[in-house]
Amino acid sequence: MKFIERYESQFSELFGEGSGEPSWLALTRRSALDRFFDKGFPRTDQEEWRFTNVASLSATTFDSAKPVDDGRAMALLKKLGFGEWKRHEIVFVNGRFEERLSSLDGLPEGVVVESLARAFVDRGDVLERVLGEREDFDKTPFYELNRAFMVDGAFVQIPTNVVVEEPLHLVFLTVSRERAIASHPVNIVLAEAGSQVHIVETYGGLDGEVYLTNAVTQIREEENAVVDHYKVQRESSSAFHVATSSFVQKRNATLSNHSLSLGARLARNDIRALLDGEGTDVTLNGLYVVRGTQHVDHHTVIDHKRPHGKSRELYKGILDDAASGVFNGRIIVREDAQKTDSEQHNRNLLLSRNALVNTNPQLEINADDVKCAHGATIGQLDSEALFYLRSRGIDLEHARKILTWGFMADLSERIRIAAVRDRLREILFAEAA
Amino acid sequence: MTATIEIKNLHASVGGKEILHGINLTIQPGEVHALMGPNGSGKSTLSQVLAGRDTYEVKQGEVLYRGKNLLDMSAETRACEGVFLAFQYPVEIPGVNNTYFLKASLNSIRKYRGEEELDAMDFLSLVREKIKLVDMNEDLINRPVNEGFSGGEKKRNEIFQMAVLEPRFAILDETDSGLDIDALKTVSDGVNSLRSPERSILVITHYQRLLNHIVPDFVHVLFEGRLVESGGKDLALKLEKEGYGWLESKAS
Repeated sequence: MKFIERYESQFSELFGEGSGEPSWLALTRRSALDRFFDKGFPRTDQEEWRFTNVASLSATTFDSAKPVDDGRAMALLKKLGFGEWKRHEIVFVNGRFEERLSSLDGLPEGVVVESLARAFVDRGDVLERVLGEREDFDKTPFYELNRAFMVDGAFVQIPTNVVVEEPLHLVFLTVSRERAIASHPVNIVLAEAGSQVHIVETYGGLDGEVYLTNAVTQIREEENAVVDHYKVQRESSSAFHVATSSFVQKRNATLSNHSLSLGARLARNDIRALLDGEGTDVTLNGLYVVRGTQHVDHHTVIDHKRPHGKSRELYKGILDDAASGVFNGRIIVREDAQKTDSEQHNRNLLLSRNALVNTNPQLEINADDVKCAHGATIGQLDSEALFYLRSRGIDLEHARKILTWGFMADLSERIRIAAVRDRLREILFAEAA
Repeated sequence: MTATIEIKNLHASVGGKEILHGINLTIQPGEVHALMGPNGSGKSTLSQVLAGRDTYEVKQGEVLYRGKNLLDMSAETRACEGVFLAFQYPVEIPGVNNTYFLKASLNSIRKYRGEEELDAMDFLSLVREKIKLVDMNEDLINRPVNEGFSGGEKKRNEIFQMAVLEPRFAILDETDSGLDIDALKTVSDGVNSLRSPERSILVITHYQRLLNHIVPDFVHVLFEGRLVESGGKDLALKLEKEGYGWLESKAS
């Protein structure tokens, strides 16, 4: 197996003898790498990867990401930002913390936002506990690869009952040179009891560059915590983007997650929410807008483990040209999860005859007193509505944009951060149709 | 004087089936014409063909709009040139704000005419002025286009749009259907206030009662795809009393 040799040699170069890492970390890496080798890259004969072919990704040799020192990152940061908005910002370039581009002053007392590389040194015990958690879900080979090669990312801790007013912006920029590079960021968010925070993750790179971002974000909510989380994926149109987001919620915790997937030639998101306490509330919203030969895949799992949980999921896709998309939404209601209230919808708008989407809702209900609704649709622009707009003097192209915008307007209204909502409106209105 | 619209021997079909079998109709500036006829006679087909719906195919004939070939123009160009269709069934457009839509529409038309686009403030005051004409609830203009509107509200919205866009040739396709007596009067008053020496209106209706409010200069009867009778406003009264049966002999 050629890829094993390739990754083994990179691994020993980076994390071999004399790396000085604590033994628990070295062990975590090694066992993750072994699991990655066992699993291998996904194949389309595997159910979870039927419609997403990663052959072009697995055939690419990626260098490990190195820091760069030039102005391109700053320009990119500006382009991917949300204008003038109040936020705390932690920036990573090629997978590593970039202090000069970050602005972390004025955080409320006790709130920690720092680079994972530093947390490995300062907070080894916390990370050993969090990264050592046994998470009982099927991890992708990419998750294992991330664990083996993780170097940096954001570590966030919000103390009990602290409310962080201004959003935290975690930015991951890739500015590669001649060779394709890979970065494996890890973000950990610990929201303690009763805390509240908005988090925006942004991913992007220079247009036309080939690279891999393979991210893992873990959010842990204690009782009554409220987390409003956004992941804005605007990678280069030649890049690969793979990400796992894992959320665990305790009693009465609330989480809303918005996955906005616009960039990358191939994007795969695995999102998993575990409602591990009574009365938890989770919202998964998603919007994917793709064109050309882009491919975007969202696999979501909402796991109701305790009673009185509520979940709402709305994913919308807009696919043009020969772009393709996958939505696989699994909802599990365990025996103990009585009085679960769950709704899932996936709606797709195909703007071209060659666009393709595969949508697959999966419900596994093991409790008898639950409410679960789901639906999936695939459609085109309404020709009556197009004629109506044109009969009012609006040209065809503009009319298509207006209707496409109308299709996704309800999702954009659910974005609570005005700067993000407004910027997305600009981007999407420019890109739609 | 150039006619607003001059329809000559118009044949139109949909899905291979001919609906209009040679229509001739000329409307001069300032005139209001009523087009009546039973269900399926082709009234709505004519209105859609004039507005530029491309599901209808014109097989023969021509239509001159202020001397220009109307059938060569796209739907949006016709609107920019001043053609307006008040739809029989206005479309609901979820997610698209009524104000946004109407502003995009007005500014597209202004741009076409080489006029400056209206900014948000000027547009809003125009809207406030025009909305009074049809006595429409102002809340409706901030809702998605026609979504959740009652039948009457949708029709008011059409005439409100007409008031804002100020067309030269308006086709009102069964604007009276779905309106109660009071709404019928309000909407008709709105239309009457838009009558002017430059503007021509084609009112399509089943019923004479609308024509008590919007009094036409001419009445035409469409029957099985042909105009079989034309006259003054008294023709509408005759139809109301005697129905369409007596026209059957004329159609064959």
